[in-house]
Amino acid sequence: MVFPDGTHAVDDVSFDVRPGEFVSVVGPSGCGKSTLLRIASGLERHTSGECEVDRSSLGYIFQDATLLPWRTVRRNVELNAELQGMPKEERAAKVEQAIKLVSLTGHENKYPKQLSGGMKMRCSVARSLVLNPKVFLFDEPFGALDEITRENLNDELIRLFQSERFAGVFITHSIAEAVFLSTRVIVMSARPGRIVADYQVPFAFPRVHDLRYDAAFAELSGKISHDLKGSHS
Amino acid sequence: MSEATDGITSAVAAVEANQRRRSGEAWWKVFLPPVVMFGAVIGVWYFVSYVMMDERRRGIALPPPHEIVDKALLVWHPKKGIRPILEAMLTTGRVALIGLLIAVVLGMTTAIVMNLSKSLERAIFPYAVVIQTLPILALVPIIQLWFGFALTSRVLVCVLIAIFPIITNTLFGLQSADRMHHDLFTLNRTSRFTRLWKMELPGAMPAIFTGLRIAAGGSVIGAIVGDFFFRKGEIGIGRLIDNYSKDLRVEEAFLAAGVSSLFGIIIFVFFGWLSNRALRNWHDSARGRT
Repeated sequence: MVFPDGTHAVDDVSFDVRPGEFVSVVGPSGCGKSTLLRIASGLERHTSGECEVDRSSLGYIFQDATLLPWRTVRRNVELNAELQGMPKEERAAKVEQAIKLVSLTGHENKYPKQLSGGMKMRCSVARSLVLNPKVFLFDEPFGALDEITRENLNDELIRLFQSERFAGVFITHSIAEAVFLSTRVIVMSARPGRIVADYQVPFAFPRVHDLRYDAAFAELSGKISHDLKGSHS
Repeated sequence: MSEATDGITSAVAAVEANQRRRSGEAWWKVFLPPVVMFGAVIGVWYFVSYVMMDERRRGIALPPPHEIVDKALLVWHPKKGIRPILEAMLTTGRVALIGLLIAVVLGMTTAIVMNLSKSLERAIFPYAVVIQTLPILALVPIIQLWFGFALTSRVLVCVLIAIFPIITNTLFGLQSADRMHHDLFTLNRTSRFTRLWKMELPGAMPAIFTGLRIAAGGSVIGAIVGDFFFRKGEIGIGRLIDNYSKDLRVEEAFLAAGVSSLFGIIIFVFFGWLSNRALRNWHDSARGRT
């Protein structure tokens, strides 16, 4: 991917994601992780190579919650479905269900400025869940949250992944987050981003919070950390 | 350890007390300052009127407040006192509001068109600036020629003054939409119109209300200025002030000026209230529940 200003963002990156897979991409800042996602979602056009993504029902989570501040939680969760023309009754039922899935029941009539950072992100996730996404793309969604909130949201996301069975691609800076959530972790080098390592994550589902303190978890995290260091120099 | 927690507890208590004080301030703290200030202004007025002027000038240049009340405010007569003033204010107010309404419709439409593409913005913007910088005085003969001397021309003056802040503020609001919000709408393959209606316009509301407030004040001034130049038809407050000062009906001239500025204040407060009400749920500029 080469931008008009000559920035060479990603180079020779190739991978497949199958249904039931959750792939995390980790890499140093500016290595083109987000560009990868923007290409996958169709927001950006690639300058060379191929990209095939089933975009019929696509979930996309931005770095910010990107809620519309003049809409309540319910109306925000409704937005994607509304814009894609889902009939009203069907929409209402799905919105209700999605709000329940992200544990925001009881907050439906609040405005974004009344929500905490974590709650805003849940709302954002619910907005995509309404579409029953087959492919779910995450662009460093929890980067701005504190550690405790982030771990809680990770625990919930992994539950959602198991119940909703989407194919996930997750961009992050956090190695622990990547290992905990994923079935596979791809490590990228600095710009132009290339794949330097590709790990299958062997831990069985359902994964629980305490997996993070497992020795095997620490070992894999260490390897990835080492790869990142190596790619940096 | 316990000393530290005590410190924190008392700090928390202090913050809470501070919040309580701010939310439920004592009534005299709210009302006393403006009342004292008003008293001081009246005092200075009397001082200038009685101490700095002799009797002959007092009646012409600055009559004391109680004479304005006696000779103008409390006189209820079809040709004298407050009645013709209120009637003229009504006329001027109507002109100002019609002008404002037209400016809002035309100005917002223009801004929306300018927001469609950078080329359109570049093409149209110079004309918006021209409207803003042309002195009304220079336009008076042309307006007279085209639209005559009656109310239509006065409304036009209001539109000319009010439209620029509406255009610029609406455009600014539309263009400050978040890039990620645009991406979100792109992902949903929304039409240009849906993007405008569901994202850009609601997001621009705070800026539009700011423009509206400026435009409303400008429109009132425009209507009063228009009264001076376009004298056919119902008499407006601007012309009335002019007439009264020429006829040396000083008390009534002062009252008319006071009434017109009061009208301006009411308009300003009204649009502030409206903006607060419309945005209180989501925008930081508006005080509301959090």
